[in-house]
Amino acid sequence: MKTLKTVFALLLVATLFSFTVKNDSGGYEIGDIATDFSLENIDGKMVSLSDFKTAKGFIVVFTCNTCPYAVAYEDRIEALNKKYADKGYPVIAIMPNNTDVKPGDNMEAMQARAKAKGFTFPYLMDKGQKVYPQYGATKTPHVFVLQKTKKGNEVKYIGAIDDNYQDASAVNQKYVENAVDALLGGKEITETKTRAIGCSIKV
Amino acid sequence: MKYIILFFGICLFSCNQDKKVVATETNSTIVEESTQKETAISLEIHDFNGIEKYLNFKDDKTYVVNFWATWCAPCVKELPYFEKLGEVYKSENVEVILISLDFPKHYDSKLKPFIIDKNLQSKVVVLNDVDSNTWIPKVDENWSGAIPATLIYNNGKRQFYEQSFNYEELETELKHFLN
Repeated sequence: MKTLKTVFALLLVATLFSFTVKNDSGGYEIGDIATDFSLENIDGKMVSLSDFKTAKGFIVVFTCNTCPYAVAYEDRIEALNKKYADKGYPVIAIMPNNTDVKPGDNMEAMQARAKAKGFTFPYLMDKGQKVYPQYGATKTPHVFVLQKTKKGNEVKYIGAIDDNYQDASAVNQKYVENAVDALLGGKEITETKTRAIGCSIKV
Repeated sequence: MKYIILFFGICLFSCNQDKKVVATETNSTIVEESTQKETAISLEIHDFNGIEKYLNFKDDKTYVVNFWATWCAPCVKELPYFEKLGEVYKSENVEVILISLDFPKHYDSKLKPFIIDKNLQSKVVVLNDVDSNTWIPKVDENWSGAIPATLIYNNGKRQFYEQSFNYEELETELKHFLN
C-alpha cells in the first residue's frame, strides 16, 4: 500500500512538473525580471548572476557542445565575452540539455570543449533543467541580454546572436552586439526579439 | 553466385533511387550534382522564397511538412513515423514533405548518403536561407526556431507543431485534418 502511495505521489509530481514546464515554455518577455540561479561551472564552483558585483548586465547564452548551430557560434560567443565583459556585460553560458539524452554535453565534455576552445566565460550546467524553462529558452543557441536595474535583471533582448549562422564574415545584423551597444549608450534597442533555427533543448 | 545477386540488387536499388529523385527534380531552382556514383542523387535546394510554395499549396491534398536535419537526433528519430504516415495515408490524399535544414557543407557528405541509406520515399527539399529571423515567422508566428518542427495543412485547416512526434501522436493530429 505504501508503495502504491509513493507511486501515486511520484506520478502526481511528474504530472505537475510536466504542466509547469509546458506553461513556462512561454518564458520571459522583454521587460520581465530574470531569475538568478546558482549553477555549477566547469571549474566546479557555483555561479550566480549576483556574484558579478560590477556588471551592468549579462549576455546569457543557452548553448551546448552537440548542436551544430551552437558549435557554429562558439567563436562568436567567445568574441562577445572578450568584447563586452570588460564593458560590464559578461557572457554567461548555460548548457540546458539532459545529459542522459546527450552524453556529449555532460560536465566532462563541457570542460573539454571549453578548454579546447579557450572559453573565458562561465559555462554552467543547468542541472535538473530548472533554469531554461523559466527563461523560456527553447533551443541552442538562445540568447537573453539582461540589464541590471533596481528591480533586478531586466530582460532587454531575446533571440539570435546574428543573422548568419553559416558565415561569421557575411553577417549583416549583429543582433546581440547592437542590443548591448544600445544599452551601453543609453539608447533604445531597435530589434529586441529575433529568431533563428536551433536545436531543441533535450529533455 | 551470392555476390552476383548482391551486385544486381545494388544496381536495381541505385537505379530506383535515380528515377525517383529525378522525377521530383523538374522544378528545382538549383540542382547540385554529386560526383560520387553512390551519392548520385540531386538535391532540390531553395531559399525561403522557393520553399514557400510547399507551405501553401491550395489543392485538395493534406500536406505534412516536417523541418529536420541529419544532425538533429530527435528529427532523425521521428523521420520513420513521417515516412510511415506518408505511405499509410497516401490513398487519403496525404503528402509528406521533408524540408532539410542541413548545412551546405554537409549536402554531399551527410544529407545525400542519409537519403539513400534510409531510402526516403517522401519528397525531400532543402532550405538554405541564413536570414531565419525573416522567414521563421512566415512559417508560423509562434515558431521559436527549434527543430524538429512540423506543419500540417490543407485547404481548410493549418496547424504548426514545435515538438517531436511518435507515430500515434502524428496520426492523431493528421486525423483532425481528414474529416
